Amino acid sequence: MFAHSVGATRYVFSDLKEVLAKASPQRSGDELAGVAATSAAERVAARHVLADLPLRTIAAESVVPHEEDEVTRLIATQHDEDAFAPLASQTVGELREYLLAASSAELERLAYALTPEIVAAVSKIMRNQDLVAVAAMRRVETSFRNRLGGEKVLAVRLQPNHPTDDPKGVAASVLDGLCMGCGDAVIGINPVSDDVGSTCSLLYMLDEVHTRLELPTQSCVLAHITTTMAAIERGAPVDLAFQSIGGTEAVNRSFGIDLALLKEAHEATSALKRGTVGDNVMYFETGQGSALSADAHHGVDQQTIEARAYAVARAFRPLLVNSVVGFIGPEYLYDGKQIARAALEDHFCGKILGLPMGMDICYTNHAEADQDDMDAILMMLGLAGVNFIMGVPGSDDVMLNYQSTSFHDALFVRRQLGLSAAPEFQDWLEGSGLRDLGGLPKLERVGMLEHQLGDIAS
Amino acid sequence: MSETDKWMRLRAATPARVGLGNAGTGLPTDAMLDFQADHACARDAVHATLDTQHLADRLSRRPAAIVTSRAEDRQTYLRRPDLGRRLSEESAKSLEQTDCDIAFVLADGLSALAVERHAIPLLTALGAIEAGYSEAPVVIATQARVALGDDIGERLRARLIVMLIGERPGLSSSDSLGIYTTWHPHVGRRDHERNCISNVREPDGLAYPVAATQIDWLVKEARRLSCTGVSLKMDLPVAEKPSSLPAPENR
Repeated sequence: MFAHSVGATRYVFSDLKEVLAKASPQRSGDELAGVAATSAAERVAARHVLADLPLRTIAAESVVPHEEDEVTRLIATQHDEDAFAPLASQTVGELREYLLAASSAELERLAYALTPEIVAAVSKIMRNQDLVAVAAMRRVETSFRNRLGGEKVLAVRLQPNHPTDDPKGVAASVLDGLCMGCGDAVIGINPVSDDVGSTCSLLYMLDEVHTRLELPTQSCVLAHITTTMAAIERGAPVDLAFQSIGGTEAVNRSFGIDLALLKEAHEATSALKRGTVGDNVMYFETGQGSALSADAHHGVDQQTIEARAYAVARAFRPLLVNSVVGFIGPEYLYDGKQIARAALEDHFCGKILGLPMGMDICYTNHAEADQDDMDAILMMLGLAGVNFIMGVPGSDDVMLNYQSTSFHDALFVRRQLGLSAAPEFQDWLEGSGLRDLGGLPKLERVGMLEHQLGDIAS
Repeated sequence: MSETDKWMRLRAATPARVGLGNAGTGLPTDAMLDFQADHACARDAVHATLDTQHLADRLSRRPAAIVTSRAEDRQTYLRRPDLGRRLSEESAKSLEQTDCDIAFVLADGLSALAVERHAIPLLTALGAIEAGYSEAPVVIATQARVALGDDIGERLRARLIVMLIGERPGLSSSDSLGIYTTWHPHVGRRDHERNCISNVREPDGLAYPVAATQIDWLVKEARRLSCTGVSLKMDLPVAEKPSSLPAPENR
């Protein structure tokens, strides 16, 4: 039992799970789950309790029972007790102060010393600027056909979705994105249909684009991982294996996966050896609220569960991980303020745990959010050193029906913050005459690319 | 071929907003305002109030029952999907047992506009098909989620619920109507126990006669197999594809 007084009122919390949930900034998903603080004073009381908790107390307690959950067991296996020992008696409040003053090298050494629950805990007592400042010190580099995550690099996933998976429609969006300097993180399509045949068709098409344009980047069809494995068996050109993951065994089961399946997919994809400068072959998406949505949250707040998903991700050395932060809807993240906070938390927690964290900065039409909110999140995450963002033509995903960042947004944030594409991709852009010295798009070069693509585009 | 022509051709291949041009790194003014207009339509559709009495009047001779969920306003509805799945106490009491074959529910969902525009013409298209089944009064429901149909169906003791509900508005369509069929509706039914037809709207989505044919097939199969859900879905007859979306500049 934990307690703290604010003013004349004493607030009592029965266990760690309750402290974590009630210390979380207000969000609709925790209210829906019935685990949120019921007043602002109770919230800050929970933060005081959390700030005074020694890290060993958090490490010793499982918010999701060990015997019921393979993610909890994975977290225990990953935890580096030797690296943790010198920190164990620190409090969460002291950890916050340590993080704010730490060097890149010191932050890097924390990745396996801390557990997801500890990282989630400290994030709850950090302001937005703290989350930006610490994450910006932590670079996480990965590679496949180019090097992502380096200093002053902001990559973009080119997301050329089409409502019927039409190859020419997809090609039109790919051309638009390339002309605007996007696609270095991955050219990644969310397919309408999850069947193996159409996944293979898209994979062959993207492989042709890659070959004809000599693009130093990777492609991915974001089908279910079992579909991708079937495509590999058929000999299709798979660069990366994609999967949505969550922070409990039960939510992963609702996605039709478990750790053994991910391992199998990781091995099968690695065996293709299609990377030229590196061998990170996994792409994971996550997002707060998925566990509650699948009734698989064990009464734990949605941000703590999200941080646990990063333990799953890092077990497979991914090239790319992003939270799809505003996609889930207002019953989990109500408005622009809640989406922004969650985006900064997810990015921070992912980075501290050693993940190449990107972000799908996005919203749906029933959330209280608009382009101005996305601009603010984009700038904050740019400052925080986010590895990659999405590039959707005109921000409008015509297949998934939500709004994400656009090619224009990517140009904007790169230019404002002095960032560029992954080095190999930047060389390609310059070699193709696609960028002038000011980094502006060269839409008039579309004809040249179209010609190189030949029958794919027209 | 000029640059403009090339982009015109690429734009024709996709409803995506490609080749918008640029002003510095930003969007040209027209493209920016077009997007805002589409978002505004979607937002207005989400927050529109369904005029239930007017809808009931348009049902002409069919009897109607007007109900609401436990979510008392739009903000609560958006935050608490659980409340949108249950009838308010008063509404629950107002529905009488019918032991009917089919009950239709017209629900606002996330777009009252969709129901206002497309529900009556779709019911009319269904008219000829549905003859021969015993029917409950048409239930008009506000602040409703799909699963509110389970609570309604349980109260009516209907064998099958056909729910016409406003879908989440996208930028290109703020008035798409979704149809959900649920066999033996009762509170606690899961989503995989329903069948769904999406994007019913004219002129750009699934046309009323096509949707009506599909609903007719789902109803017959549900009655034949005494179930709805994934087991039916596989055999749904292939419909004509919805006509393609207009190019961005026309939206």
